[in-house]
Amino acid sequence: MAPSAEVLTVRGLSKSFPGVRALDGVDLALHAGEVHALIGENGAGKSTLIKVLTGVYRPDAGDITFQGRPVSFATPLEAQHAGISTIYQEVNLIPLLSVARNLFLGREPRNRFGLLDFGRMHREAEESLRAYGVRVDVRQPLRTLGVGAQQMVALARAVATDARVVIMDEPTSSLEPREVETLFEVIRRLRADGIAVIYVSHRLDELYAMCDTVTVLRDGCRVHTGPLAELDRLTLVSTMLGRDLGEVRSEGLTKFTGDHHAADSVPVLSARDLTVPHKLHGVSLDIRPGEVVGLGGLLGSGRTETAKAISGALASKAASVTVAGVPLRAGSTPAAIRAGISLLPEDRKSEGIVPGLSVRENIALAALPRLSRFGLVSEAQVDKIVDTFVKRLRIKASSPYQKVGELSGGNQQKVLLARWLAMNPKVLLLDEPTRGIDVGAKAEVQKLVDELAEDGLGVLLISSDLEELIEGSDRVVVLKDGAVVGELTGDDVTEDKLMQTIAAGSPAPGAAGEVTRHG
Amino acid sequence: MAEAAIRPAALDRARVLQWMQTYGVYAGVAVLLVVNIAVTPHFLSAENFRTQAVQVAPVIIVALGMALAIGTEGIDLSVGAVMALAASVTALYLGYGLVPALLTVAVFAAVVGLANGALVAWVGVQPIVATLALMVGGRGIALVLLPQLKDLHNPALASLGSGDVLGIPYLIVIAAALALLVAFVIRRTTFGRQLLAIGDNRAAAKLAGLPVRRVLMLVYVACALLAAVAGVLATARLQASDPTSLGNLMELSAITAVVVGGTPLSGGRVNIAGTVAGAVLIQLLTATLIKHDLPPSWTQIAQAIVIVLAVYAARGRGKR
Amino acid sequence: MTATRTETEETVARTEKELLDAAEPVGSSRSERLSALVQQHGALAVLVIVSAVASLSFDSFATGDNLSNMATSSAFLAVVALGMTFVIITGGIDLSVGSLFALGGVLAAWGSQYGTLVALLLPMAVCGLIGVVNGLLIARSRLAPFIVTLAAMLGARGLMLSLTDEGANTYLVAKGSFLAELGQGTTLGLGNPVWITLALFVAGAVVLRRSRFGQHVYAVGGNEDAAALMGAPVARTKIIVYTLSGVLAGLAGALNAAWLASGVTILGNGMELEAISAVVIGGTLLTGGLGYVSGSLVGVLLLKVIQNVINQIGSLDSSYQQVVSGAFLAVVVIAQTWLGRRRQLL
Repeated sequence: MAPSAEVLTVRGLSKSFPGVRALDGVDLALHAGEVHALIGENGAGKSTLIKVLTGVYRPDAGDITFQGRPVSFATPLEAQHAGISTIYQEVNLIPLLSVARNLFLGREPRNRFGLLDFGRMHREAEESLRAYGVRVDVRQPLRTLGVGAQQMVALARAVATDARVVIMDEPTSSLEPREVETLFEVIRRLRADGIAVIYVSHRLDELYAMCDTVTVLRDGCRVHTGPLAELDRLTLVSTMLGRDLGEVRSEGLTKFTGDHHAADSVPVLSARDLTVPHKLHGVSLDIRPGEVVGLGGLLGSGRTETAKAISGALASKAASVTVAGVPLRAGSTPAAIRAGISLLPEDRKSEGIVPGLSVRENIALAALPRLSRFGLVSEAQVDKIVDTFVKRLRIKASSPYQKVGELSGGNQQKVLLARWLAMNPKVLLLDEPTRGIDVGAKAEVQKLVDELAEDGLGVLLISSDLEELIEGSDRVVVLKDGAVVGELTGDDVTEDKLMQTIAAGSPAPGAAGEVTRHG
Repeated sequence: MAEAAIRPAALDRARVLQWMQTYGVYAGVAVLLVVNIAVTPHFLSAENFRTQAVQVAPVIIVALGMALAIGTEGIDLSVGAVMALAASVTALYLGYGLVPALLTVAVFAAVVGLANGALVAWVGVQPIVATLALMVGGRGIALVLLPQLKDLHNPALASLGSGDVLGIPYLIVIAAALALLVAFVIRRTTFGRQLLAIGDNRAAAKLAGLPVRRVLMLVYVACALLAAVAGVLATARLQASDPTSLGNLMELSAITAVVVGGTPLSGGRVNIAGTVAGAVLIQLLTATLIKHDLPPSWTQIAQAIVIVLAVYAARGRGKR
Repeated sequence: MTATRTETEETVARTEKELLDAAEPVGSSRSERLSALVQQHGALAVLVIVSAVASLSFDSFATGDNLSNMATSSAFLAVVALGMTFVIITGGIDLSVGSLFALGGVLAAWGSQYGTLVALLLPMAVCGLIGVVNGLLIARSRLAPFIVTLAAMLGARGLMLSLTDEGANTYLVAKGSFLAELGQGTTLGLGNPVWITLALFVAGAVVLRRSRFGQHVYAVGGNEDAAALMGAPVARTKIIVYTLSGVLAGLAGALNAAWLASGVTILGNGMELEAISAVVIGGTLLTGGLGYVSGSLVGVLLLKVIQNVINQIGSLDSSYQQVVSGAFLAVVVIAQTWLGRRRQLL
């Protein structure tokens, strides 16, 4: 790699929000034709840095130099015009507008009357998308496309605007492997064209496959910058986590202790033929008391949908769910909860916490009918439950009356766990229980899951963190395209096997029911 | 508590706005009272206070229901139409006696509330649109039932409108009792907690197994019933049923009272004391302008400014 | 050269077609396509059916006089609905238009003593200014559109009343003035306001479909955050839209005053509801991001035809109009919500 000109230089960048110092004197240097990995735990400051670079936020302190000139972007539009384009993690386009209009928004070709030239727009849109392996009718609304194709449209849009720097924020999180390959192809082309790429991802394989340089952020500070090839994976992870290398080696990356003893008991939860149009095709699985069943698979393979269908949050056709042998009314969350199923949803902020209510009210929320008489809430009983769980889960709040919205992610997650444990559940469905919470809280939650399983709960664990999934689960049911494609048990519960199963498995809805053992 | 420790002093402006939102309404009432006592002749008299209170009572009652709807991140634009409907139905059924007439009013109001609630909770229409349909249609139905003003001569109804207990008019007693009841429901009942949770985060409430639809239905029924009570009381005070103009712009006054009283439009919080104070504030503002011979049009402009100030103060807070 | 020309011709042909269905969501499946069709053209179908039934049932319906009267009385609401269409596509709402309509009428009648230009420009300027304030509060201070415009509704009515001695004073438009001619005269058998309205709708359709601003309007309503990240000037778009709504409401009021030859103060009550109903009935999504100017025109006509039919049935009180409007609105909104939900599943 020949040293080339710095396209973008960042010095001493700082940005604070009420209560948080999101960026603390961060430096970053980006060269033309370089793919620069930007990594860090959730909350390390990656997204804040990106938002400052693209003009969404104004920095509190520090300078940005772009192509030799100091810049200060007030809006994303200014950044885009200057030559910094961004592809966000979730597709950030407009679903109701046509594909072509999305591609050209803000730079539509116009005819000599100043009116939009749709003919040219559609032609050019088709051409430019073909290069990304997307062949669609560009007049269709964007939302009729699959997520991967939408991501490609976003990419085409970003690159088409004569960008000198392209920022990709977890661009592969919703892509199929084939699409990831196409994306890499595009990135290689960008690199050859002398465009600098900032690549944010949690997937180590991708980083090592694509990136030249790496910058690691932790708690808003830059802790390392250097060629990626000089850093082995374990060192990278330990730098990111801020943990000692030896510690990581000896303990693994999670707090799970390992096997529980479910043996041959009768399943506490038994789901058959969960079917949700376009999402699930006859998924079946059993969970025995005291067992942690992992749900493996890529994003979009139907993991979240499986959990939601079991808990009645998604209406499922032709399904039967039984809890301890008793059949459940389909599509009813209250019925599932009464039967002892508790779902910790993936999206804590939008589906979990009630931010304006207190810790106390959040914990008691689901259990309210049990804590009330004649519709009046018994404050004494609420206090008792809240006390118990705040202590047991070590929830850190200034008082039970503090608003949950003011707590850290980890404590919010604990409040949600407390809400469900207060229901004395038989089955816990945990959808990404440790996503976006700090390392300490993560370990605590993992330990708690172990304890709960030992107490005889059936646990369904969904996690994109492979280590967590492998180390936490006794058994892993693997999903692909909304169907069960395999199951790992015993010594087969390893990352390698999991990857193999995902790679090899083809959805076979007819056989899906056979995969789980009976008895 | 913890907030003060975390937040830097730079956020003073935010804190002023927050103070404004929580206590601004009481400060406003106090200022208007003091100013009026100082400069307005004959302001400080029992008679005047009685008049003001009787005038504001229906607004308070409607605003209580509106506060519940807004607490669920909803709104009910049909309250004025429900008042008109209540007036029409009262006039039509008064011949059978006051109690049967009131029961019939309650049935009509409950049906309107159920329709609103069904649109919001089951069909999933935005509250502002769902209740818009009945805002338009409800007054139409009221006018179809009773095309013009009708004088009512019923002693029972008349005494409801102008009678008193221990010198306090029924209107005020009823408004106060209802305010206490609604405040109690919000604070102490399961329904109240569920209502706030639904308003704050509907998706989370649903996944926590709360009976979201039932609560929403009940909220819109309660809102319509409260509006009907206000309609009956206003009719009783007028001793005439006036479906053409009764309750016109009432949705506006009620929303103003709720918002000025510190209940955020984004739901999840309901401030009943503030709502009552908000209604009183607007009443005092109107009275002040009228007593100083300023034209009614000024009242509207003043009210518009107060609304904007109130939502401005509440800006971005409810969302946290 | 020939090749270029055919290509241009082809482009023209294609873009003409685009003008018709550019925003139509062409679905991947038949049901999606069907629901899009119902969404866009449902109101037109109902209008045709109702009109057909009405002309068969009432001899006095399909007469030239009745139709021309209906067209003129629809014109004012249509102009207001045009502005409302833009607002609703951005995902907002403007409740102040009824008051602005009344204010515009009063200002036009008052201003007519200083000439037609003043009579037309003054209402547009004042109402536009109130629109700017609405837009600033909504776009910059991020206040909820309905509450801001509700306040503006109150404020504008207050302003109008204080201009007319609390409604006691009615300004008249001088007979024989150009303004009166503009409002009351006819061209080719149709009232001048009708022609003005049609011209405004054509301009509105071109702006919405074929200008960058129009793209921004759709983008802001479709996904505001994404629009901002894609570089659409979100705040500016919103401010323009509310300003436009104010200007058009003021203009509609002015035209109405010219037609009535006076600035009637009691007009415009509830007009915001009629305008919203018309826009929504015409297939514009209340949640924003999708809508048609032509649909709003159809929606207005549909409301007016129903009103006319109710008047034709002599025994029915005019308050039935409100009941029917309300019921209609409810049906359309329920249908929209269901169609929308179906689409989410696809």
